Amino acid sequence: MGAVVGTLTMQTRQRRPSRDKIDDELELSIVCHRPEGLEQLEAQTNFSKKELQVLYRGFKNECPCGAVNEETFKQIYSQFFPHGDASTYAHYLFNAFDSSQNGSIKFEDFVTALSILLRGTTTEKLQWTFNLYDINRDGYISKEEMTDIVKAIYDMMGRYTYPALKTDTLKQHVDAFFRKMDKNRDGVVTLDEFIHSCQEDENIMRSLQLFENVI
Amino acid sequence: MAAGVAAWLPFARAAAIGWMPVANLPMPVAPTNKNKRQDELIILNVSGRRFQTWRNTLDRYPDTLLGSSEKEFFFNEETREYFFDRDPDVFRSILNFYRTGKLHYPRYECISAYDEELAFFGIIPEIISDCCYEEYKDRKRENIERLMDDLEDNKDSKLPNMTFRETMWRAFENPHTSTMALVFYYVTGFFIAISVITNVVETVPCGLMMNQRDIPCGERYTESFFCMDTACVMIFTVEYLMRLFAAPSRYRFMRSVMSIIDVVAILPYYIGLFMTNNEDVSGAFVTLRVFRVFRIFKFSRHSQGLRILGYTLKSCASELGFLLFSLSMAIIIFATVMFYAEKGSTSSKFTSIPASFWYTIVTMTTLGYGDMVPKTIAGKIFGSICSLSGVLVIALPVPVIVSNFSRIYHQNQRADKRRAQKVQKARLARMRISKSGSSTAFQHSKRNGLNQSLELTGSIEEDQQMKKTTSLLESQHHHLLHCLEKTTNHEFVDERLYEQGYLQTAHQNFPSRSPSLSSEEGITGTCCSRRVKKNIQPLNASHSHTHNLQELSALHIQCGEQQPLNTSRSSLNLISDESGSLNCKSSGLVTTAIISIPTPPSNNSRASPDAPPPPNTEAPPLLNPCTDVVKISSL
Repeated sequence: MGAVVGTLTMQTRQRRPSRDKIDDELELSIVCHRPEGLEQLEAQTNFSKKELQVLYRGFKNECPCGAVNEETFKQIYSQFFPHGDASTYAHYLFNAFDSSQNGSIKFEDFVTALSILLRGTTTEKLQWTFNLYDINRDGYISKEEMTDIVKAIYDMMGRYTYPALKTDTLKQHVDAFFRKMDKNRDGVVTLDEFIHSCQEDENIMRSLQLFENVI
Repeated sequence: MAAGVAAWLPFARAAAIGWMPVANLPMPVAPTNKNKRQDELIILNVSGRRFQTWRNTLDRYPDTLLGSSEKEFFFNEETREYFFDRDPDVFRSILNFYRTGKLHYPRYECISAYDEELAFFGIIPEIISDCCYEEYKDRKRENIERLMDDLEDNKDSKLPNMTFRETMWRAFENPHTSTMALVFYYVTGFFIAISVITNVVETVPCGLMMNQRDIPCGERYTESFFCMDTACVMIFTVEYLMRLFAAPSRYRFMRSVMSIIDVVAILPYYIGLFMTNNEDVSGAFVTLRVFRVFRIFKFSRHSQGLRILGYTLKSCASELGFLLFSLSMAIIIFATVMFYAEKGSTSSKFTSIPASFWYTIVTMTTLGYGDMVPKTIAGKIFGSICSLSGVLVIALPVPVIVSNFSRIYHQNQRADKRRAQKVQKARLARMRISKSGSSTAFQHSKRNGLNQSLELTGSIEEDQQMKKTTSLLESQHHHLLHCLEKTTNHEFVDERLYEQGYLQTAHQNFPSRSPSLSSEEGITGTCCSRRVKKNIQPLNASHSHTHNLQELSALHIQCGEQQPLNTSRSSLNLISDESGSLNCKSSGLVTTAIISIPTPPSNNSRASPDAPPPPNTEAPPLLNPCTDVVKISSL
């Protein structure tokens, strides 16, 4: 279990340990990652075999080398939001998906996250979202982190919006969020606060179920 | 959105959950996938080669044939597959477009075939990916140019209603169209040559005068040279004025290069005429004579190669500019260096940098006159570097110009080849055969069918006989054409027959047309005939139908120009034996079989009440004015 590195890379590493950069580039381009078996993935996630097949085909089509790096991830995500700049939000998403924090999303990470988002319980979804917002993984969402996230979301809108974006829209939004979430007014939002606040809000609960039938 | 990332849309939507807690408003309802079915493999059978793909792959582009419900029209129930009767090789590229989102153009594929396939499958060619787009555009442009050449060639055919001015202009532009034009072409060419030779010989020293000095011929035989010059200039002036008159757009003609050359060629003479009196200006007048050399450029109307050379130079303007620029840079650099290197040496010819320009140019172009040579060692070293670099600098842009010239030259060669009469005529003949094949087949079957339907005595044997010669497809087609004839109450006729009849009817008066089948109102033989602008004239309305007689008509098919021929009952004439006739080059006539149709008595009742002149007596006089061989056979 775990990654299977292409045999070519093993060979090049052994045969030519002291070559220059070109060989390194060669290695990178042929590093291949193959996911573990279909049955294992099926057991670990909430997807059926057919769904996993569909997901993998789409994944492999865009990333034939088996792992997405941040650049490609940003490119793919930006294609869905042509109006604005989706790179910042994609960056946060990438970090949320990349559970092992090694700079590339493998298919298992991809599918695990999708399984939570689409087939998970509300708590799991909220937990995942909390991880997304908590940029520095310290267990608390600070106001700065929230501002960053909201700014990233607004960036995706682009410049041409109606009504036009004003300078303090962002601040107001973040303040509203904190007013809602931060129960004990200590300036940070913890996981429990977050989950409780969200469960109290009807809109959020409903919207979490929005993408059930995506696959 | 590329097809590939369409597969990531579920992921993007799932990731939207990250916005939910931030949002203050309720989200819109998600669209449901009403006919949500599992992704299935569909089989595309293209001319026997089976391609399989997921249905979702094809659904990526819903505005194409395969992505929309249009493909249901091609669904074969028994085999549960979609069958397309198209080229499987091109289909490969098209299916790859669905799979990868990129449309590639294979180089070995014919451009028009590829375009047709794209149009069939509803894919616009503009989305060809960058790697193949340039190639595609180049090939397409070449094809269009070739087609335009064809169109131009077709336009050369004589349109009957051209004004005198237009005829003249066409004669000037294409000397091959008529003998007059050819004569004119050669005469002007001859006079250009005379004029140039005169200018040259004028300066040759021609013998001694009394004062022991060689004088050029021009001064010795002043009057004769003046006469020659006058004659040439008069010819050129007349030619220019005629061209000016005939030009469709005089303003544009006056701005064109050729006309400017013409003007410059004859202007010095006229200026000289008006200025010989004034002694002061005579010096300038002598200089004006230099411009007479421009007459040699008039040859470019006579020489295709010269025109191509000029066109090439014009189209390679940027390369020439680069050549010039780099040369000047190099000249200045080396001249400076040589000047300072040779400054020290005594009695050096390199007196200044501009003086060194001459040395640099001569050296870089590898001429090496030897009138200026470096004497110091440094000068010699730099001189050798100069000559080596000169070779390089000049050799670099030249291949670009050469390849341009070659491409343009070959294009023109191709146009010329096709313009050559033989090829064009053979091609036209091929086209005509294929077109008339169907029309004569129709007329043939119509004749057979006519006998049947009119006489109402279709015996079984005749039926079978007819069906043996025509396939079901043909017979259905013929039936259709027949219906059209009935609808318009006119008939199809071969175009040559129509033309001949058209010319012939000028000699005849026009009794009213009988509404019977044989009256003709100018419908040419095929649905796509070129002779669109024919005036509609009744064709030989003199033939009558009151008599049940055998009529004779002779058809002459010629390979050259047309002559007035008679056609009577031309609509029911069958032209057989065409393939031999159309390709002949002899000036003789080739006659083809003639058919006569017994006029059925039922027609008479519908004939016009006018008294028709007897056709029998007409036939011989009509035959006589025509030329030699007339073969008549009756069926």
